[in-house]
Amino acid sequence: MSTIINRQAVVVLVLLALAAIVIPAMNLAAAPGSVFHLSDHLVPLFGKYLCFALLALSVDLVWGFCGILSLGHGAFFALGGYAMGMYLMRQVGSRGVYADPVLPDFMVFLNWKELPWFWEGFNHFPYALLMILAVPGALAFVFGWFAFRSRVTGVYLSIMTQAMTFALMLAFFRNDMGFGGNNGLTDFKDILGFSVQAKSTRIALFVLSVAALAAGYVLCRWVVSSKLGKVVVAIRDAESRTRFLGYHVEQYKLVVFTLSAMLAGVAGALYVPQVGIINPGEFAPANSIEAVIWVAVGGRGTLAGAILGALVVNAGKTWFTGAVPEYWLFALGGLFVLVTLFMPTGILGAADKVWKRLRSRPEDTRGELASQAAE
Amino acid sequence: MSAPTTPTLLYLDNVTVTFDGFRALNALSLAIDHHEMRAIIGPNGAGKTTMMDVITGKAKPDDGQAVFDGSHDLTALDEATIAELGIGRKFQTPTVFEHHTVEDNILLALKADRRPFSALLSRRDKVERERIDALLERVRLNRHRHRLAAELSHGQKQWLEIGMLLAQEPKLLLVDEPAAGMTDQETADTADLLRDIAKTRAVVVVEHDMTFVRDLGVKVTCLHEGSVLAEGPLDVVSANERVIEVYLGR
Repeated sequence: MSTIINRQAVVVLVLLALAAIVIPAMNLAAAPGSVFHLSDHLVPLFGKYLCFALLALSVDLVWGFCGILSLGHGAFFALGGYAMGMYLMRQVGSRGVYADPVLPDFMVFLNWKELPWFWEGFNHFPYALLMILAVPGALAFVFGWFAFRSRVTGVYLSIMTQAMTFALMLAFFRNDMGFGGNNGLTDFKDILGFSVQAKSTRIALFVLSVAALAAGYVLCRWVVSSKLGKVVVAIRDAESRTRFLGYHVEQYKLVVFTLSAMLAGVAGALYVPQVGIINPGEFAPANSIEAVIWVAVGGRGTLAGAILGALVVNAGKTWFTGAVPEYWLFALGGLFVLVTLFMPTGILGAADKVWKRLRSRPEDTRGELASQAAE
Repeated sequence: MSAPTTPTLLYLDNVTVTFDGFRALNALSLAIDHHEMRAIIGPNGAGKTTMMDVITGKAKPDDGQAVFDGSHDLTALDEATIAELGIGRKFQTPTVFEHHTVEDNILLALKADRRPFSALLSRRDKVERERIDALLERVRLNRHRHRLAAELSHGQKQWLEIGMLLAQEPKLLLVDEPAAGMTDQETADTADLLRDIAKTRAVVVVEHDMTFVRDLGVKVTCLHEGSVLAEGPLDVVSANERVIEVYLGR
C-alpha cells in the first residue's frame, strides 16, 4: 500500500472536489428560499471547518504517525493567522479610523510614531505568504531541535508544547509586543484588492481552503507512503530499535514536526480572512487540545480520519453552541471519554473494523457450509 | 594524547560504568577479532547488557576506552552513528516494527543513505528487491513477507530481527540471548545461522543456555561483577574453579 493515491485518497479528493463545486453552487445559483439554498454566512463557516481540518491533518502527521503528542499546534496555526492578519492590516491603509496611511489603528492609538521593523514587508502579499510558512516553521524547527536532541518524549514533550503556546498567548496579549494586544488584528478591508466582505471573495476563499486541504492531504499522503513515512512509524513503535538501525531519530522528528507546523500555519492564514479577526485567544492551550480531540475522534494515524473528525466535531460544536450552549464543553469532554473507551481507533477505525467483519462473514459461512458438506 | 587505535575489530580497555554507586562494569577489558565469534556468559548482573550498551553508545563509561575498527572512539558517538559504522544489535526480547510488514522491516534495515530527505525520495530498485529476497530466504520468512510483523511467532520475530541485523551489513553483530523462548529445533537452527553469519562477520553472543553455547563451539568469555572472570574454550572455562563457584552456584 505504498502508493500515494490509494482508495482512501480517491474518496477524500472526490468529496473535496464535490464540496468545492456544490457549496458555491448552492450559495450562488439556488434561489433564496429554496431548500437547496445555502445562506451567505454558512460559506465562511464551512471554510473555517476546512481550515480546522487542515490543522487536524497537521496534528495527525506528528501524533498519529510519529507519536509526538503536540498540545501546542494551535500556536503554529495562530502564527500563520497573525502573518496573514498583518498583511490584511497593511492593506487597510488610510481607510482606518485614524486614517494613518501606514500605521494600523492600534499603533496610532498607542501613540507610536513609526512601524516596528517586524511589520516591514507585510504590505507585499508574497512576503506575507513566505512568513506564513517561515514563522511557524522556524519556531517548530528551533523548539524541535532542542527538544528532540535532548530526547524529550512522551508527556514531558506534550507539556512543553502546552507551555510554548501558553507563553505565546501571554506575550501576544501585551500591547507593546506590537500585535494589537488583546484585541488582536481585525477590521480588515481587502485581500489582493478584493473586499473581504464581498460574496465572491468569500466563495474564492472557501474554494482556496478546499484546495489547500486537498494539497495538504496529498502532501501528507506522499510523506507517509514514502520510506521516510515508514521510518517515522518505526520511530513511533520502537524508537530505540530505529536508532540502533542507524537512523538519527531526532532528524526525522524535526523534519516531520517542522513540516506539520507549516501546514498548521497555512490553515491559520486561510482561517483569518474568513472569520475576520485574529487575537491572542487563538493561542489558548484549550484550542490545541481540541485539535487533538478532533484527530482522536476521527481516527488517529489515518489522515482522512483527522479531516472527518475536525468536520464532525466542529459541526457538532456549531449546533450545540446554538441550541444548548451551556452543555457544549460537557459534550466535548464526554465525546473524548467515549471515543477513548469504546472507539480507540476513532470513527474511521471503527468503521474499518465493521467493514472488514461484513466482508469476511460471507466467506466464513461458505467455509462452514463446505465443511458441513464434507462431513 | 593521540587517538587510540586497535588492530582487532573491537577493543574494550579498562571500561568502568557506575549507576548510582553500583559498578555495572568494573575495569572490563575485551578484544574481539575480525570474523570472530565469541560467546559471553555470566550470571545475572554480571554486566553483559551494560557491556552491549557501552559498545552501541547507549551507555557512556565513566572510565576506559572502547575502540572499534581502527580508531573509532565509541564513547564519543551516539547510537545511530555507531550503527552506521557497522555494529548491529539484537535485543533480548525480539524488537521488530509490529505495524510494518515483514518485508518493510527488512527494507528499513537495509544499508542505505539514512538521511531523512534521501528516505523521502528513495524508490525501491531492483538491487534492493533482490537483497530483500535473499535476506528473507536466509531467515526463512519468504512466505510471510506480506504479513505484519506483529502476527509472527516469537521464534519468527527473533529470526526477523537477525535478518534486519544482516540487512544492515554490520562488521560486528551483538546478539543478546537469541535462543530465549525458542523450541529445541529453533535453537539448533539459530546456532547454525549464527555460525554461518560468523564466516563473514564478527559475532558476539550473550547467552544463558549452555547447550546453545556448546553448539556454537567458540571461545567463551565469562563475566562476573563487571569484569572478565575467565576466557577460553567452553570446556576450560567451565572447569575453572571460580566460574563453577559464581556461575554454577556451588
